[in-house]
Amino acid sequence: MNAALIIIFGTIIFSSLLGIYAGRRVKMNLENWTVGGRRFGIIIIWLLMAGEIYTTFTFLGASGWAYSKGAPTFYILVYGALAYTLSFFILPALWKVGKRHGLHTQPDFFIKRYDSRPLGILVALIGVFSIIPYLQLQLTGLGLIVEVASNQAVSSQWAIGISFVLTCSFVYTSGIRGTAWVSIIKDIMMIVAVLVVGIGVPMIYFGGFGKMFQTLIEQKPHYLVLPGATSHMGVLWVMSTLILTGLGFYMWPHVFGSVFSAKSAKIIKRNAVIMPFYQIPILLVFMVGFTALLVIPSLENGDMAFLELVNRTYPSWFMGFVGAAGAVTAMVPSSILVLFASTLLAKNVYKAGFNPRASEETVMRLSRFLVLVITTLALVMAIRFPNELVNLLIIGYDGVTQFFPGVVLGLFWKKATKGAVLSGLIVGIGVVVALIYTGHDPFWGMNAGFVGLAVNSIVTLAVCLSAKPKSLVGKEV
Amino acid sequence: MQKGTRIALILGAIPFITMVFALPLVNRIEPVVLGLPFLLFWLLAWVVLTPFILIAAYVLEKKYNPPEKGEDE
Repeated sequence: MNAALIIIFGTIIFSSLLGIYAGRRVKMNLENWTVGGRRFGIIIIWLLMAGEIYTTFTFLGASGWAYSKGAPTFYILVYGALAYTLSFFILPALWKVGKRHGLHTQPDFFIKRYDSRPLGILVALIGVFSIIPYLQLQLTGLGLIVEVASNQAVSSQWAIGISFVLTCSFVYTSGIRGTAWVSIIKDIMMIVAVLVVGIGVPMIYFGGFGKMFQTLIEQKPHYLVLPGATSHMGVLWVMSTLILTGLGFYMWPHVFGSVFSAKSAKIIKRNAVIMPFYQIPILLVFMVGFTALLVIPSLENGDMAFLELVNRTYPSWFMGFVGAAGAVTAMVPSSILVLFASTLLAKNVYKAGFNPRASEETVMRLSRFLVLVITTLALVMAIRFPNELVNLLIIGYDGVTQFFPGVVLGLFWKKATKGAVLSGLIVGIGVVVALIYTGHDPFWGMNAGFVGLAVNSIVTLAVCLSAKPKSLVGKEV
Repeated sequence: MQKGTRIALILGAIPFITMVFALPLVNRIEPVVLGLPFLLFWLLAWVVLTPFILIAAYVLEKKYNPPEKGEDE
């Protein structure tokens, strides 16, 4: 038993106990489980959203991209700031609709606004299909981090298995409250890890980040401008990806659903104002990737750059701390992904599709049961096919972004109709899938998801505007 | 559209203009500012400024829009 192992397992066990405790004194019904009784204040909302957004993918991916691709990684710093800016205008209106009609999920919104259960079911299914690869990616990342951090003392399968049983337990008992509380530990550990490593490694190897960049400009200047070390991630690709991810950010079912857990529309608006501060540490993650590029230039897998560099620079107990931070960083987003995937299936597929008269208790019981099913499914997939779903995640982002016209027009334009939104959604998804499977991503230098979104928006608007005046009566929400 | 909302929307366009649409103009290494290559410096600067832009939008929107009915607090 080494120090790193004790730190890793101590952290995940303590986090899970805290998560379970979070829901102990609350009577668990669907309202409390999925949206925390709509009572979260500004601090807890901020932690929750930051907790969902900063995932292992940010941690390993942002440094990994800096290492293997260079400047295209800068989009990870920027898109959040764009998303928060948009959210300032969109989310308060969404929260109000949610409050007025007691909505819990994203498909709930579509069902209410467009008065169409089939549209809601479609949105729920696209949501679940997008969530599962995302969840699996967290699991795989967690396995990788713990395996490396414990110096191969724990295999990635065991790490994934143990942390997911624990995650499952606090989702089951506490719902979104569990996620929110565990986010506190996660955010603190994560920030400490990023600060220490991000400021530390350029200092240790080069005497400061300015000198590190100087060396990089002398040796590999092309890494610092677009398209970096890639052939296809040029300016146009980054611009289209920024629009896609900035707009798609809050369209993820779990992020969308978390909006409803705020106490008021004002909290949501204030949260949008302070969220961009949370982006700044990503700069430090880039520094780690760039330092690794100069210090250990021949890694096979760029995503290992962060961990490898820490391993080579710091004592093993600190590696354990990074491993523990990485593990909770995977557990928090996973918990909310599982929570919303289960609720979407129970409430918006089972209830809306097959049994409209199911009681709230039945839906709640089914949701909890599905937590176990989905966790098991993702677990098996993460262990059996650790690498094959990364591409599905990209399609996932492209997929959920197609909800954007339906959400925004639904909130602000009475003339938006279900036929228009449904056609736009289907055409948008069709374009994305066709472009990706025929090897046309990027398409004319642009991200395929962006092309899909553009076509989707045009179709949605065209159908709305061409409808006869009589059928123009969208349902006001 | 209310005046406050209009001002807020104009302010809200700034991050999109500077960080997305201005990209072709700032895709360069020189000048190095504060030790950062120019492209990274530019993007970072606007990410840091975004919350302040939003604070301004929040304050001005509140100032020019009449308080809504049933608004909490």
